[in-house]
Amino acid sequence: MTARRSDAAGPAHKAVETGVALLIAAFGIIVIIGSLKAGINWGAEGPRAGFFPFYIGVSIVAASAINLWSALRETDDRLFAEWGQLRQVMSVVVPTAIYVGSMPFVGLYVASIIFIGWFMRWLGGYRWLPTIAVALGMPIITYLVFERWFLVPLPKGPIEEWLGL
Amino acid sequence: MEELANLFHGFAVALQPYNMMLMVVGIMLGVIIGVLPGLGGANGVAILLPLTFSMPPTSAIIMLSCIYWGALFGGAITSILFNIPGEPWSVATTFDGYPMAQQGKPGEALTAAFTSSFVGALFAVAMITLVAPLVASFALRFGPAEKFAVYFLAFCSFVGLSKEPPFKTIAAMMIGFALAAVGLDSITGQLRLTFGITELLNGFDFLIAVIGLFGIGEILLTMEEGLSFRGGNAKINLRVVLQTWKELPSYWVTSLRSCLIGCWMGVTPAGATPASFMSYGIAKRLARNGKNFGKGEIEGVIAPETAAHAAGTSALLPMLSLGVPGSPTAAVLLGGLLIWGLQPGPMLFVEQKEFVWGLIASMYLGNLAGLLVVLTCVPIFAAILRVPFSIIAPLILVLCAIGAYSVHNSTFDVMLMLVFGVLGYLLKKCNYPLAPLVLAIVLGDKAEEAFRQSLLGSQGSLSVFFSNGLVSTIMVLGLVALFWSAIQEGYSRLRTAVA
Repeated sequence: MTARRSDAAGPAHKAVETGVALLIAAFGIIVIIGSLKAGINWGAEGPRAGFFPFYIGVSIVAASAINLWSALRETDDRLFAEWGQLRQVMSVVVPTAIYVGSMPFVGLYVASIIFIGWFMRWLGGYRWLPTIAVALGMPIITYLVFERWFLVPLPKGPIEEWLGL
Repeated sequence: MEELANLFHGFAVALQPYNMMLMVVGIMLGVIIGVLPGLGGANGVAILLPLTFSMPPTSAIIMLSCIYWGALFGGAITSILFNIPGEPWSVATTFDGYPMAQQGKPGEALTAAFTSSFVGALFAVAMITLVAPLVASFALRFGPAEKFAVYFLAFCSFVGLSKEPPFKTIAAMMIGFALAAVGLDSITGQLRLTFGITELLNGFDFLIAVIGLFGIGEILLTMEEGLSFRGGNAKINLRVVLQTWKELPSYWVTSLRSCLIGCWMGVTPAGATPASFMSYGIAKRLARNGKNFGKGEIEGVIAPETAAHAAGTSALLPMLSLGVPGSPTAAVLLGGLLIWGLQPGPMLFVEQKEFVWGLIASMYLGNLAGLLVVLTCVPIFAAILRVPFSIIAPLILVLCAIGAYSVHNSTFDVMLMLVFGVLGYLLKKCNYPLAPLVLAIVLGDKAEEAFRQSLLGSQGSLSVFFSNGLVSTIMVLGLVALFWSAIQEGYSRLRTAVA
């Protein structure tokens, strides 16, 4: 899965591995702080709310310390991924983030039409006709299946309201 | 005998036309989910779970479990024809399945894979039919300490049996437990770990985690590999099927062994993926023509497929009888039970006979239907794979978003899904296993409750977990599983030292 070092450049696997271990450790510390706030000792009704998560947090920090240690000891110089590959990944993450972030304002349908259209047109390089067909077709099918057939409401924005859906 | 009567009653439930229709729909959807990259059994079921909120629970579980069977079948199609495992448990199928397809025998390979899957599943369902009621009636006597011991065993087996480094497994699992703890504490009613963020009051829903970790994460991995599908044509005709079926019984030893490996790995929550690898490895070592494995041996298709399907199916045994799911998909199904208002665990066999036996009967019928569907419709499913990824990917992402939204009708969940997706990508690339993380989110509250209740009974002394024969046995088994790799290493060192 992880590429061997070749001519291409990219972040080292070791660096990412170290970063992930630190990230998890930080999460563990947050859990410990939260548990301390909730109380980790015994109250009138037995162990208090923070009792169990406190030890979970301690285990997270301990396990990440060991993972960090073994990541730092790692001697091979594999790449995590090439920059080009990461650009591919970001080309999905960024638009998806915009798509997800805009959903509360424009609703799911409009956001989906734009998202699918953007993806097919710019990443897939499709002509306008198939792009529009898929970008409009999918939300329409979604509407029929979810809202009409299974009665599951999906987020709507001003345009749906204006259309009276 | 009572079980037999219950099973027949279950068949009557499963054979109702509405349920039969859901079964076929489920299988079809499942195979599509299994074929598509980025949509797997666990997140496919999670996305479609909201559709079942309005259905009667029995019909809902029949449809969702059939999606699961379909996904198990579907994984083999892409492995054999395109050398792309649609599911992690079909990686081992590519080793011999793809070479067979390259040598002009795709029909044989597919028939062998589907039939083996069916055999594995049938074996596991038969085991569930016989064993699950016994386990359930036994588990009815469990107190909180025994319950916690079962959870302990389940999670320790993860650490001992997974091929990822043990401390990464522990880290992933504990993240899951921590996420499960966020929100309202079920015993004291106190808020914890929310840090004043109102969206976190209800905690993290594992369905969101499943859709993000498995769905979005998988798409990101696929994008990185920039994959394009190239593969042979799928042609299956009756002659090839019958010819392959004539050949298959001579591999009955491999089949039986793979069934047993699969059932064992499915019940202990190691899951279908290690089961398929283990079964392939053992078959390679023991088979007469083992050195030809990897060059297109039919036995190399039979072994992993049988084990994967047996493991995937038997993962439902602990879910039904103990409330401990054996795989992420089983965990999603368990989450479904909670949403439909059923309490998973041994009481199901007493209180919800129709549900349990309807499900078990549908497992027989669903797998039979699955076999027929995949054998007849392979070309259609293979054609789906020729749809370019730049069309499939946005559609899957939109589906994931819809699934995440409709769990709680919350757009915050959709954003959370994306965060889980990026996290899933990073964790997967760094070799952290995702299954224990998900299972810990599902079981976290229950494990904690059992743990605290046992401690309450003993005034805080851990000796309660070794207070009687039953609970001690389970705890010791758990400890053995936890240190299994260390024990194995010690044993092999001892042997070399003696020799």
